[in-house]
Amino acid sequence: MNGPLILIVEDEPQMLRFIRASLGSHGYRLLEAGTAQEATQLATTHAPELILMDLGLPDMDGLELTKQMREWTRTPIIVISARGREDDKVLALDAGADDYLTKPFGINELLARIRVALRHVREAASNVSEPVLTIRDLTLDLGKRQVLVSGKEVHLTPTEYKLLALLAQHRGKVLTHRQILKDVWGPAYANQSHYVRVHMAELRKKVEADPARPKLIVTEPGVGYRMRED
Amino acid sequence: MPQERIPAAGDPRPDPEALLLRAKEEAKRARLRIFFGFAPGVGKTYRMLQVARELVEQEVDVAVGLVETHGRYETAALLLGMPLLPRRKFAYRGSVLEELDVDGVLTRKPRVVLVDELAHTNAPGSRHQKRWQDVMELLDAGIDVYTTLNVQHLESLNDVVAQITGVRVRETVPDAVLERADEIELVDLAPEELLVRLKEGKVYIAAQAERAATHFFRRGNLLALRELALRQVAEHVDDDVLEYREAHGVDATWATSERILVCVGPAPASARLVRAVRRMATRLRGPWVAAYVEVSGRAPLAEVDRVRLEAHLALAESLGASIVRLDGLGVGDAVLAYARKHNVTRIVLGKPTHARIWDRLRGSLLDELVRGSGNIDVHVISGDDERTTPTEAARVPGASFEPRPYLLASGLVALMTAIGWGLREAFHVPDVEMLYLVAVMFAALRLGRGPSIFVAGLSVATYDFFFVPPYYTLAVRDGRYLLTFTMMFGLGFVMSALATRVQRQERAARSREERTRALYALSRELGGSQAEPEVAEAAARQAAEAFGVPAVIVGEDGAETAWPRGAALQGSEHAVGKWAKEHRTLAGLGTATLPGAKVLCAPLVVGNQVLGVLALRPEAALPHEQRTFLETFARQIAFALERVRLTEQARQAAIKAKTEELRSSLLSSVSHDLRTPLGVLTGTASTLRDEATLSPQTQRELLDTMVEEAERLERLVKNLLDMTRLEGGELALKREWVPLVEVVGSALSHLEHLLGTRAVHTHLPDDLPLVSVDPVLLEQLFINLLENAIKYTPESSPLTIRARVESATLVVELADQGPGIAEGDEERIFERFYRGAHQGKSSAGLGLAICRAIAEAHGGTLTARNDGGAVFEFRLPLQGTPPTVEA
Repeated sequence: MNGPLILIVEDEPQMLRFIRASLGSHGYRLLEAGTAQEATQLATTHAPELILMDLGLPDMDGLELTKQMREWTRTPIIVISARGREDDKVLALDAGADDYLTKPFGINELLARIRVALRHVREAASNVSEPVLTIRDLTLDLGKRQVLVSGKEVHLTPTEYKLLALLAQHRGKVLTHRQILKDVWGPAYANQSHYVRVHMAELRKKVEADPARPKLIVTEPGVGYRMRED
Repeated sequence: MPQERIPAAGDPRPDPEALLLRAKEEAKRARLRIFFGFAPGVGKTYRMLQVARELVEQEVDVAVGLVETHGRYETAALLLGMPLLPRRKFAYRGSVLEELDVDGVLTRKPRVVLVDELAHTNAPGSRHQKRWQDVMELLDAGIDVYTTLNVQHLESLNDVVAQITGVRVRETVPDAVLERADEIELVDLAPEELLVRLKEGKVYIAAQAERAATHFFRRGNLLALRELALRQVAEHVDDDVLEYREAHGVDATWATSERILVCVGPAPASARLVRAVRRMATRLRGPWVAAYVEVSGRAPLAEVDRVRLEAHLALAESLGASIVRLDGLGVGDAVLAYARKHNVTRIVLGKPTHARIWDRLRGSLLDELVRGSGNIDVHVISGDDERTTPTEAARVPGASFEPRPYLLASGLVALMTAIGWGLREAFHVPDVEMLYLVAVMFAALRLGRGPSIFVAGLSVATYDFFFVPPYYTLAVRDGRYLLTFTMMFGLGFVMSALATRVQRQERAARSREERTRALYALSRELGGSQAEPEVAEAAARQAAEAFGVPAVIVGEDGAETAWPRGAALQGSEHAVGKWAKEHRTLAGLGTATLPGAKVLCAPLVVGNQVLGVLALRPEAALPHEQRTFLETFARQIAFALERVRLTEQARQAAIKAKTEELRSSLLSSVSHDLRTPLGVLTGTASTLRDEATLSPQTQRELLDTMVEEAERLERLVKNLLDMTRLEGGELALKREWVPLVEVVGSALSHLEHLLGTRAVHTHLPDDLPLVSVDPVLLEQLFINLLENAIKYTPESSPLTIRARVESATLVVELADQGPGIAEGDEERIFERFYRGAHQGKSSAGLGLAICRAIAEAHGGTLTARNDGGAVFEFRLPLQGTPPTVEA
């Protein structure tokens, strides 16, 4: 077996058992760490391709561990936590986590997030981003800066285009308001979340069939936005 | 059989509990030891140091706070090796004054501290004016104090000493301080020996006092002073005996029912009267009261008199009297009424010093008192010989001569003369007199007493000059005119007196009324305030208005909180506030404590609590009556603060009780809702584990059940958590500017799987403004509403979401086409744990309650009605201006 190597940082045996059983059966190889110290050790010695991180660890807060790890590795980190408040999610994502799953979650949800994260790594590694992305009815040609919805071209303002392209490049991943603002408008706008909201509403009018029931770009309330994968 | 000892009525033995308490207090109470002498140079300081050295040898922690050796070798030798505390230095008029460093002693906190010369006056800028006040503070802090004092510095003996020696001592110590002493040691020396020491230069005398000293150190004087000192110490011993008797249950052998009232006025003699009464009170061992009567309608006192009156009252207070200010129509009535009401046994007043004629005219106070006193003794004590000069001084108000009213008065007389002259043909001469009387009356009412008398005189002169033959001279031919003149002048004089009196009454009444009005305004405004900051803010405003100076209220914790916002005590003012708070008395500008400060602080006291300090920043010291008013004012404020505080406590208690109630009902309801899915989960899971013979289809069904139940459990837990957050009142809305469509859209996509194929129509106009809401909570509101609709309507029934703006309010409606809400349930469905009449659809009944809580947290409303199905209407007032967004 030589599936991707995943490091699970989790101190609850039951949770561990459930993840171990389901990921194992999907061909992933697993490393298990019960403390932050073990996690750091395993991450440095075995270079896993992905880390699943629980926030409540006995020796250190997972958030802190995420920040520390981000100083030396770009390995995707998916936080799995019982802390369901939006602030906690934003904190974890801004600290460098790639994704966030609130307990309880279904196994399919977890598998989907792992796939997204691993694909992004592969894309980054192969260093060739696809010039044309197709997601549901949307076709985005990054080379030509062209946007087609159901085959028809739509005209976006430069800001709307930047917003759409950013989400498309990170499709499947949630981006916080802050991350979007920094990328599209610049660091000075990091706290102006209504900018994103207003432009997002405009963008949805152009790319969604029913802006009141968005299918392409979904809102993660209090956190940010995510472009669906398929 | 054990017998319980029942104390007999009037059991002379003191209650053992009280004795125990007393013993404990004694143990804690710091001791004051005074080395008492009859003149400088008897060796008080020397003796004090000797005693201190003995203590040091016994390894008691003794420190020298301040001892003056005055260059005497023997004294300085005793100081060698003793721990000396640093003194505090004050720059004063180019020289440096050294004073006791009270704070230093308090920090060092020795067991015993030596502080020389109790009667010393501190340098300006010190915390207290007098050193004895420093000493009291040290004692309060639990530090034993050894100090020295000469008999002539004792307040109540001040007059006697002045009479004996001809030297008036300015630095005095209240008798109460001596009474506070736990031990008085008389340092005695034969006068002859003292005189020898004086000749040998062993007695220190300040250079400026040398001339006085030659008078002072005469053998006769010294003998008299020595006797005074001996008597004083003997009296103190008497007190000790008395205390001993009390402490040991021996009945007092003297009547304790004596209560003395002394009438105090502005006359200088009053000070002497006060001291005499104090001695009388000590002798009789009764409480005493110094009373001042404000006679209604009588002119307010001149500034000089007022200051002196205040000084007398302050003196009485410092000598242990309680002070009363009486209002009344007459002095006698007011005093007698008070005396009867308060069981006064003796009334003391000064000998009248005015001419007898006044008694005839205005009635004699003495007579009145003696006649009306019944069984109260009336004592008359001689006045002082200084009486005339200051009274004269008092007549002349401090202000300079004002020429304007006199010019006006002259103009008035000129006018009347002109009129009389113009009409002299038509008039009788006596009618012209009337014209002048009008002038006098006008002057009396408008210009004051001096000008009106001036008008009367001038009128007589002009009348004589112009209208009385021989004309144009002041000579009078007809003797009858002299009578007319006298009457004219007399009438003018009386009228001016009357008018002035009316004016003064009016002024006095007005100032009283102003005070009453200020208090009324205060209580009314404070009564309307509900929160502590509101009360404090209003109180500060009212105080500033009533006293016409900046006012600040400082909270209980000192510097942290002050009202009005932005105001606070500055630098050294904190010390004043702190003092006022800790000692529950006025402090600062014009008081005994830190009189040099720019601020006057009144503590806000209720019962045994100090709730803060009211600080005023007047230009100059407030007069006593204003200070008394300030205390009343502060009391009112304290009551108001106490009231809101109690209300707040009651409110908190009510909230707590309600929370408890909610918690218990929640628990009972929730335990059922939690157990049901858990039961299903356990049952299903164990079936799957234990039953080997399940068909794959059954297995699949059981697994689906487990997932469903787990999800239900999750929803329930989430709702409970949400409710707790909302109910806890701790939830701070994180408002952001959001387009409504995003919130609705997010809620709909969250419920995508639940909605399935159900039709949802959204009518959200493009021009809806951004709304300032907590996006997460608002999404939750829509999710719960939608879930509710999905749960209670058939799948084929479409849902409609419609929004509009209506008079600055956003209205969002969610309508379904289901069976609607049972009649009468439109409100009840929002109650916690209420479940609609739909059996089989289980939920904790929290969803809609959460919706309403969220709506209300946003300042909006959520209601339900039937309109071809159920319609939920959320109304949100639009607040603020949405931010603009660049393209």
